[in-house]
Amino acid sequence: MQLARVIGDVVATRKDDSLIGIKLLVVQPLSADRTPVGRPLVAVDAVGAGVGEDVFFVRGKEASFPFYPAEPPVDAGIVGIVDYWTVEIG
Amino acid sequence: MLLAKVVGTVVATRKDPRLVSHKLLVARPVDPKGKAEGSYLVAVDTVDAGVGETVLIVSGSSARMAAGMKDCPVDAAIVGIIDTVEMAD
Repeated sequence: MQLARVIGDVVATRKDDSLIGIKLLVVQPLSADRTPVGRPLVAVDAVGAGVGEDVFFVRGKEASFPFYPAEPPVDAGIVGIVDYWTVEIG
Repeated sequence: MLLAKVVGTVVATRKDPRLVSHKLLVARPVDPKGKAEGSYLVAVDTVDAGVGETVLIVSGSSARMAAGMKDCPVDAAIVGIIDTVEMAD
């Protein structure tokens, strides 16, 4: 799983039927010091996250597991909203 | 998933039988503001997308979960046509 910040949301009317009702968000992966790292990507939301929140997301087919028994075609999914995190660097 | 812009079509006569009648498109990833970045990829289209549209692409084994793609040898599928992307600032 990876830490990320939600930076936007995506609207798509024409989409795979199994994506109907699922929220799509743009997330920017973060490094441990909270700086953006890598490219932003689109992730589905399984926990009610919103723009501006720090979250963690899972990649791969596992991103569809929160929607079981449905199997939406997704490869990145937000599975937690971060309250806070601490890192000891040294 | 990736945001990408469809830039072309692919025609292949000789291919895996499970790919027959599936449309293949060439897409280039874009950032949320629409700027192209990264290298082109071929994705199978499941939502009737066309050249010039911004689409949502799912990669890896999840691509096989797109409608009609069960057990097909694909690793990228277009599963949505993007209307808008709203950014925080």
